[in-house]
Amino acid sequence: MKPVNKIRSKTVVLPTRDIDTDQIISARFLTTTTREGLGKNVFHDLRYNADGSEKPDFVLNKPESKGCRILIGGNNFGCGSSREHAPWALLDYGFEAVISTEIADIFRNNALKNGLLAIVVDSDTHQWLLDNPGADVAIDVAAATITLLGAKIIEFAIDGFAQHCLIEGIDQLGFLRQQTSTIESYEENRSWKP
Amino acid sequence: MSNPSTLFEKVWADHVVVDETPETPAVLYIDLHIIHEVTTPQAFSVLRDNGLAVRRRDLTLPTLDHSTPTTPVSMFKDLLVAGEGAANQVRQMQQNCEDFGLDLLGYGSGQRGIVHVIGPELGATQPGKTIVCGDSHSSTHGAFGALAFGIGTTEVGHVLATQCLLQRKPKTLAVNVDGELPEGVTAKDLILAIIGKIGVNGGTGHVIEYRGAAIRAMDMESRMTICNMSIEGGARAGMIAPDETTFDYLRGRSRAPQGAAWDEAIERWRLLRTDDGASFDKSVTLDASELQPMVTFGTNPGMVVGINDPIPDSSDASFKKALDYMQVESGKPMTVNTVDIVFVGSCTNGRISDIEETARILQGRKVADSVRMMVVPGSEQVKKEAEERGLDRVITAAGAEWREAGCSMCIGMNGDIAQPGQLTVSTSNRNFEGRQGVGARTVLASPATAAASAIAGYVADPRTYS
Repeated sequence: MKPVNKIRSKTVVLPTRDIDTDQIISARFLTTTTREGLGKNVFHDLRYNADGSEKPDFVLNKPESKGCRILIGGNNFGCGSSREHAPWALLDYGFEAVISTEIADIFRNNALKNGLLAIVVDSDTHQWLLDNPGADVAIDVAAATITLLGAKIIEFAIDGFAQHCLIEGIDQLGFLRQQTSTIESYEENRSWKP
Repeated sequence: MSNPSTLFEKVWADHVVVDETPETPAVLYIDLHIIHEVTTPQAFSVLRDNGLAVRRRDLTLPTLDHSTPTTPVSMFKDLLVAGEGAANQVRQMQQNCEDFGLDLLGYGSGQRGIVHVIGPELGATQPGKTIVCGDSHSSTHGAFGALAFGIGTTEVGHVLATQCLLQRKPKTLAVNVDGELPEGVTAKDLILAIIGKIGVNGGTGHVIEYRGAAIRAMDMESRMTICNMSIEGGARAGMIAPDETTFDYLRGRSRAPQGAAWDEAIERWRLLRTDDGASFDKSVTLDASELQPMVTFGTNPGMVVGINDPIPDSSDASFKKALDYMQVESGKPMTVNTVDIVFVGSCTNGRISDIEETARILQGRKVADSVRMMVVPGSEQVKKEAEERGLDRVITAAGAEWREAGCSMCIGMNGDIAQPGQLTVSTSNRNFEGRQGVGARTVLASPATAAASAIAGYVADPRTYS
């Protein structure tokens, strides 16, 4: 995983509550066998008409959204299916962080393992972000802070291990494999065998 | 004497290989890893790139379910019908299993089926196990008192390579269901009511334990329906303490312990219950006797209403957007809506008792001319048993389609989809926008409500047909 520490970008706001991973990447795009190339279909049915043309009113299709790397979602972002294709698609599109008041458990896990920041903020900060699309936001993973408009600093909670892995670009499989002898001894000594 | 513990805490503690610290999550051992073609290809690629083997092939259970077509014609033609992408994915799963020495329950095995249907029916799902799968409905297996939850593909790779996961200990939520379910009200109605009560994020960060008289009275397939939709309430896992109902279900199944090992297992499983005095982080209580058949009216499973009750109103923008998408109105009951498709199947309601309930309602009746009804068994074994009992003939005589086992319309990536604007009454678990096809409208319901709606041609109260 590529190290992730500081991100500064304008925001894109998708205020709908309970954005599920089916909306982020529809199941019909899950027949892929690689992680790459999903970005063109992220939010597909919100982005495109049936004939493939862009829906001009959808936020990602607006000129001011191009190049924005921080997505502000409504409450309970990423609920539903466990598909890791959802963070893969968001990353492939160019997003590097998602901010909401609540982020579903499996999505958050998947996101952090791929270097997509999934950040939960308080409802006042969230409301400000929803009300100010395109705001200049800076995220500092090591400090666990978000800076709004270069001035107001907000702290956010992040699991210490996830933070460490993000900053150092650590692959968690490598960390787990270092535990092999402990795993072997657990297998030998447990009171029953599956 | 140790402190009183919850069922979850007992299973968790039994599987901790390395304790969690503020700096690092726990290393948690996994006893059963069920895998399928959609969420594993990239994990096998990681193994290949790093020259790694599957650590415990004996604890890995592979099958094909998500992208396999359910049309009752020859296999090769099927794969082309579902698209080259799906066909390629199935071929890659077959190749991965061959390369890594895994015994795939694929075509011709007679045991292929939806991941959360075959685990229990083989007896591989057992009390006290940790069970994961790259599928959020892994919570289903918690019905046996297992700790079971969905994982992403990166974590699938972790389990394949190490049989372990890095996890922070979740919190606990007790859902107490007192009383008795009224006649004509099923487990599906209860879990929809629970999600309606706690909300689609009510269980986030928690493991649910379902408790109380109504849960104890349920058979295993009903308990699986309950635990299956824990994730729709935001909880990665839902559990029910094992009891005689659980043991009776598992006894004699091919992958359940046999002989002396069975007796030892039962002794261990009897301890898997929440101790008196153990506490939960949160709890909610429902009275089952107050429930009626439930249906969803919106675009998430928490937007649920009694079959004859009016759809509520709200000024919230997301709520209004959902009603617009569904083309339904506040103040009116769901029963005013005509139906295009009825789907019975999925890991929520694709088991033999669900097929049986569907056939019971369809017996001697006809599906309305305006409705297409698909009945899709959850596994090849469910299909075989239903056919041995003649249930398939009741279903086809009523004018419904009887199809091959698979996830089918629940996920809409295998050729089984609704067209834009069509309304489907579905026994599956998600009514998200576009879940069953672009622009498709989904009403979640029990098999009985689905069958009744197929006959009526509109969303219907199953109690009218019993």
